[in-house]
Amino acid sequence: MALLEAINPLLSAGWQQGGHEWRLENDAGWRLKDYEARGGYQSLRKIIETSMSPDDVIAEVKKSVLRGRGGAGFPTGLKWSFMPKAAPEKYIVCNTDEGEPGTFKDRDIQRYDPHVIIEGMIIAAYAVGAGRGYNYIHGEIYELYQRFEDALDEARAAGYLGQNILGSGFNFDLFAHHGWGAYICGEESALLESIEGKKGQPRFKPPFPANVGLYGKPTTINNTESFASIPFIFRIGGEGFLNLGKPNNGGTKLFSVSGHVNRPGNFEVPMGTPFAKLLEMAGGMRGGRKLKAVIPGGSSAPVLPGDIMMDCTLDYDSIAKAGSMLGSGAVIVMDETTCMVKALERLAWFYYEESCGQCTPCREGTGWLYKVIHRIEHGQGKPEDLALLDRLTVNIMGRTICALGDAASMPVQSFIKHFRSEFEYHIEHKKCLVPPDVQRTGSTFYTRKMGQA
Amino acid sequence: MLELELDGKQLSVPEGSTVIEAAHQAGVYIPHFCYHKKLSIAANCRMCLVQVEKAPKPLPACATPVTNGMKVFTHSEMAVTAQKGVMEFLLINHPLDCPICDQGGECQLQDLAVGYGDGASRYEEDKRVVPNKDLGPLVSTDMTRCINCTRCVRFTQEIAGLMELGQAFRGDRAEIMSFVGKTVDSELSGNIIDLCPVGALTSKPFRFSARTWELARRKSVSPHDGLGSNLIVQVKHDRVMRVLPLENEQVNECWLSDKDRFSYEALNSAERLTKPMVKQDGQWQEVDWNVALDYTAHALRDVAKNHGAESIGALVSPHATLEEMALVAKLMRGLGSENIDFRLRQSDFSADGKRQGAPWLGMKIAEINTLDRVLVVGSFLRKDHPLLAQRLRQVAKKGTQVSVIHSADDDLLIKLFAKAVAAPSQLPAMLAQVLKAVADAKGANAGVDVTVSAEAKRIADSLVSGASAGVLLGNFVQHHPQAAVLNALAQQLAGLLGAKFGFLGEAANSVGGYVANAVPKGEGLNAARMLAEPRTAYLLLGTEPEFDCADGAAALAAMKQAKSVIVVSPFKSQAALDYADVLLPVSPFSETSGTFINTEGRVQSFYAVAKPQGEARPAWKVLRVLGNLLELDGFGYDSSEQVRDEVLGGKAEFVSGLDNGVDGVAVELPAVSGIERVADVPIHFADALARRAPSLQATADAAAPTARMNAATLARTGVVAGDMVNIGAGGTVSLVAQLDAGVPDNCVRIAAAHSATAGLGAMFANVTVERA
Repeated sequence: MALLEAINPLLSAGWQQGGHEWRLENDAGWRLKDYEARGGYQSLRKIIETSMSPDDVIAEVKKSVLRGRGGAGFPTGLKWSFMPKAAPEKYIVCNTDEGEPGTFKDRDIQRYDPHVIIEGMIIAAYAVGAGRGYNYIHGEIYELYQRFEDALDEARAAGYLGQNILGSGFNFDLFAHHGWGAYICGEESALLESIEGKKGQPRFKPPFPANVGLYGKPTTINNTESFASIPFIFRIGGEGFLNLGKPNNGGTKLFSVSGHVNRPGNFEVPMGTPFAKLLEMAGGMRGGRKLKAVIPGGSSAPVLPGDIMMDCTLDYDSIAKAGSMLGSGAVIVMDETTCMVKALERLAWFYYEESCGQCTPCREGTGWLYKVIHRIEHGQGKPEDLALLDRLTVNIMGRTICALGDAASMPVQSFIKHFRSEFEYHIEHKKCLVPPDVQRTGSTFYTRKMGQA
Repeated sequence: MLELELDGKQLSVPEGSTVIEAAHQAGVYIPHFCYHKKLSIAANCRMCLVQVEKAPKPLPACATPVTNGMKVFTHSEMAVTAQKGVMEFLLINHPLDCPICDQGGECQLQDLAVGYGDGASRYEEDKRVVPNKDLGPLVSTDMTRCINCTRCVRFTQEIAGLMELGQAFRGDRAEIMSFVGKTVDSELSGNIIDLCPVGALTSKPFRFSARTWELARRKSVSPHDGLGSNLIVQVKHDRVMRVLPLENEQVNECWLSDKDRFSYEALNSAERLTKPMVKQDGQWQEVDWNVALDYTAHALRDVAKNHGAESIGALVSPHATLEEMALVAKLMRGLGSENIDFRLRQSDFSADGKRQGAPWLGMKIAEINTLDRVLVVGSFLRKDHPLLAQRLRQVAKKGTQVSVIHSADDDLLIKLFAKAVAAPSQLPAMLAQVLKAVADAKGANAGVDVTVSAEAKRIADSLVSGASAGVLLGNFVQHHPQAAVLNALAQQLAGLLGAKFGFLGEAANSVGGYVANAVPKGEGLNAARMLAEPRTAYLLLGTEPEFDCADGAAALAAMKQAKSVIVVSPFKSQAALDYADVLLPVSPFSETSGTFINTEGRVQSFYAVAKPQGEARPAWKVLRVLGNLLELDGFGYDSSEQVRDEVLGGKAEFVSGLDNGVDGVAVELPAVSGIERVADVPIHFADALARRAPSLQATADAAAPTARMNAATLARTGVVAGDMVNIGAGGTVSLVAQLDAGVPDNCVRIAAAHSATAGLGAMFANVTVERA
């Protein structure tokens, strides 16, 4: 049994048929009738028909030990319980601004099962007493934003949204809001600013959104996958959800596997599944090459060498012990054809590009990091550059308003820590340790394009 | 109160304090750029990172609330390392060319870089360059120097009330800019120069003209509106180079209006009168002081002898000092004339003799912050009183209900609770409606027979529901032909509400003029009658009657017909050269000692900040010598302080005898008739100094006057916006018609105090509108 059980065949079929060529209009099963046929909205009905109190709902979610699926892994039930009870106006917000490089799970949930998000948000709104909700969907998936609007229309027409939902006396309105593709808007307080029509920049915390959130009102923000897990939790019970995974790491989780594997895609596995198993599900290493490194939780998570990763299980605790983060579950797999300097240069450029520019260490530091790494990659590195990079990351980390500064620094620290010799080789020999032709063979795209397939 | 330990010192701070506030209280300096006590907290510069016990990371002192038992270390290794790290980042893209930067020597970044920067930079990559922006005639930009602290952005949004600046783009491409194609047009815009901690925003008029260490810093008081902003005037070689705010929380806080800040340019104007001049046979001659003073004394004595002393009239600028006003009054009375007045734009003097005291704000300026209900009647508030408007903007944000009755619907950038816009003639009726509604709510008799409109009811409901209300009467009320009626109505309204009521003083010495007794007594003629019944001779102190009087055209005619016009002024103008026969060069406020009594009755004396230019002399000295030459008693002063102390009867922080009450004013409410003029005095045309400051004259606020009408009035008069129209009243002027939905129906808004409209005549009048 799995969270996206009903659509998992679609998920895998999609990828088998060629991934990105899969067209939206071929999607089936996202409509309300399909969702209801799969048992959709039964969790909501159950809560209302059995007159569960909001506190009971929160208790059940706490019992499931569902941890935030956006990356930080904060227990969802606990987050809900922070909402002040007495506040007259409260909001619930879904964060579908999935911008972390390597992560594409929320997009597929939006695509194949928008109603599971709606149902999860209604239950959450009921639990925290919110009268209004927003789903913030990033701008690059505009078609899915439109699809979500259609799904909302269906839900409204069916009485799942609006006044007196299912005769419960509970009122909840839900709206979709699309961003314009800024990574920083995935940071929850920047997301709130963006919904308010302002420039997406993180707010200083405290106060936290549970006290001062959207339009200054108490707000709960959860990741799309977290909301999508809620109906499932009420189908099998909090205890049952927890037991699917392992203690302190409840349930199943979607992993977005990308990189040098044969079958990249989204895979739902129970928490605690060995990484080796996930790699096998993804068809193993492309071309049977050797696993070099894995970024286990989206580009902000520290990279781990392949051998360390092969000993990990996929849960928050195991990966933290190995020195990285489960993060958003974006598993970026790199084989031996990868130049780690080039890979880091690309990541550093991303954070340089996406820093919002609000606070000094990140605004100035991300650019500096990128420029130094770019120099090293282009044969202009200096022996003292590695120490400089290390100092810069220390000066950025923990000194910024939001976590983007940390996110930009952790790849730099971990790449240099685990692959120092490659950086030193680059600086000394003004070229890659991995020869360019080997690098090219690592990419089927390249091999096809170069007529070598 | 919360207890904390900061750098080993035990402190007790109020609930809600931040660490930086606690440090400030303890006298500990924490380096910072983005933090400013009057602005919201941004916590973006990260310079104020400090170590807090139990916190794993350094925390920004500006945004970290104090908790009980907190231990803060502002200079620990963790704190200083973090601060130095931030400084390094701030400097990597900064030009580091302090010697050619206008901010050099008064730059927070430069100062802090000495303490927290490294001797050499580790940054070897290319530096960022940011294109400069055109923010208008007052603020110059060097955006490459910007450290993105967003103080300027927050100022425009929070203090000035309109977000004229913002941060565009991301990361190190972030730029502070105005909206596309727009400049910063706020009347408070100059404050962003003070706020900018680096050389990104500097003063355009001052740019590259002096270094801060070359400048003497001298205290003074702004001679413009009734607020009396406290100034630091910076002087080099007896030339005023720049004006900055002197912080006074009770008056101007830490702000200045652009007029306060940039009008100093006029002090160095080419129109400065620097030699005494006498007209002989129609030709102007520069003469020595003794010749000019002899001539003046003879002229006054002759007119008094041949035509009677009552044929001499003295018009005194309300921007003149207390001492100057007092000496003119004494001189006139010594000659035997009571014709003296400083209330030049006033048109209704029927309250004279009925006043219980000198009109004033009715409260301390700082007390505005304690009001929970405010009604502002007849004020172009933002332009007439930029910093009082700012105060009201802040209190409105904190929940005070501010309502407005006026004949224009300008955007005050204040969150208004209610407003009622009516033609000038209907302003008393509108106030009477509010009075009636309040009286009804209180079960009292208003004594006025009016039908209460919905707007008036809403305003009244707001006033009645408050615990501490204030009614403020603006310049428009003071100029209004029913000023006494409006005063009486406001008095009655305030009485019913238990509210404070008062006047927003138009000029620096609007209160001081009364205190100096520069008003006619007994049979003396007031400012309006002195012009309506032309005198043989006029003594003008610091005023240009064609712009400063309620009816500029009548004033000019009166001057032209006079046998003798004695101009005592820092400036010469073509008009004065035409009608005057003697010009006595006197010091503007910067070159004389003197006193302004601001609208709350605060006595603010100041010294000269520079030597008089040329042969100009402080006016009090000139008047003293004139008194001696006329052999009048009591002109033996050795200092302006003696004059002041004689007027005030000793030293006082605030003057006494202020009272807005009037007795026995009959309330008559006029009917509507014809098309009415709504006349504002544009901010940069209100006085002789502002009129001569080139940078102020280049601002949007100094745009040429137009004939502004709403769509219905335009249609009724057959005029299309953009047409030239002939406006007729006392005289005729041609102006461009402009659509302004904020003008009441059947009204034309035409600015006064401007050469393009002076010929039109009275500020309050019926006008005709015809397509030219």
